[in-house]
Amino acid sequence: MAKFRKGGQKEVPAISTGSMPDIIFMLIFFFMVTTSMRETTLKVKMKLPAATEVQKLEKKSLVSFIYIGPPTNTKLYGTEARLQLNDQYARVEDVIPFIEQERLDRPEADRPLLTTSLKIDENVRMGLVTDVKQELRKCGAFRINYSVRKGE
Amino acid sequence: MARKKKKVPEINASSMADISFLLLIFFLVTTTMDTDSGITRRLPPPVENPDMDVKVKERNILNVMINKYDKLMVNGKACDISELKDKTRDFITPKPNDEKAPEVEVKEIELIGNFMTNKGVVSLKNDRGTSYQMYIAVQNELAKAFNELKEEVSMTYFKQHFNDLTDKDKVEAVNKAVPVRISEAEPEEIK
Repeated sequence: MAKFRKGGQKEVPAISTGSMPDIIFMLIFFFMVTTSMRETTLKVKMKLPAATEVQKLEKKSLVSFIYIGPPTNTKLYGTEARLQLNDQYARVEDVIPFIEQERLDRPEADRPLLTTSLKIDENVRMGLVTDVKQELRKCGAFRINYSVRKGE
Repeated sequence: MARKKKKVPEINASSMADISFLLLIFFLVTTTMDTDSGITRRLPPPVENPDMDVKVKERNILNVMINKYDKLMVNGKACDISELKDKTRDFITPKPNDEKAPEVEVKEIELIGNFMTNKGVVSLKNDRGTSYQMYIAVQNELAKAFNELKEEVSMTYFKQHFNDLTDKDKVEAVNKAVPVRISEAEPEEIK
């Protein structure tokens, strides 16, 4: 006949935490690899339009961004769509100096490969977008990318 | 002289987890998972003298217009966006015996050989009041049509999906066989 053991004799062994750093390190590496630091603070609201036929932007270092959308601070700046270059609001005339500067920041061999990514809110009217595109044509920045969200 | 070997004291590793946790949290906070993707296009160089119009035969042009109410017109007829892809696809497919379809040109392309390419140009015009959303939707439909044709060429000549092609020369060949000709006209008002 089986005997009942006395209670408290068999304790649950403590879980070894020795491998915890390894697990955490693994997670760290994952995040380190996938991370991309945001360089600019957005001052415009952006809901990108959806599209299905997307291509990935290949070399991140060769991309300069132009943001267009309604300002985040509507009390101060209204709701009219604004252009943002680097960290501040800009006018359409500022696009050419901005592109020139972006070119100067890159090594000379890479300059012709510079792509301009247009991050534009879906409710923006094409008038402003066309103006920006005309400026880009004038300064020879022909490679552009309309940034979109993947999906229907 | 008998000397006992001095033992190096073990480093206490119990705080390692804390340190790595700290790092982990830092990367968790700063990470943004969005990969940038979008529709890549090439802008045309600026026109030097705007009075000089390049004459293109009418059969070689597919006129796509979007007005400020986001309504679409293809070759003079109102059109729904759902029909746009098929219309474009039909337009860019080389049809050598059709009088109304765009002209074809036989080109010699490496890895493919003689291939009939289409000389058609999609002309896209939009109003200043068109919404960006609609514009992208139209660009997307046009891209879809071109990608479908590329896929077809890739399947017939290389027996592989276009997106799975790894050989750069093959990609180049398909891109040459199906040139994406979308002309964005100078901005103007569309009624």
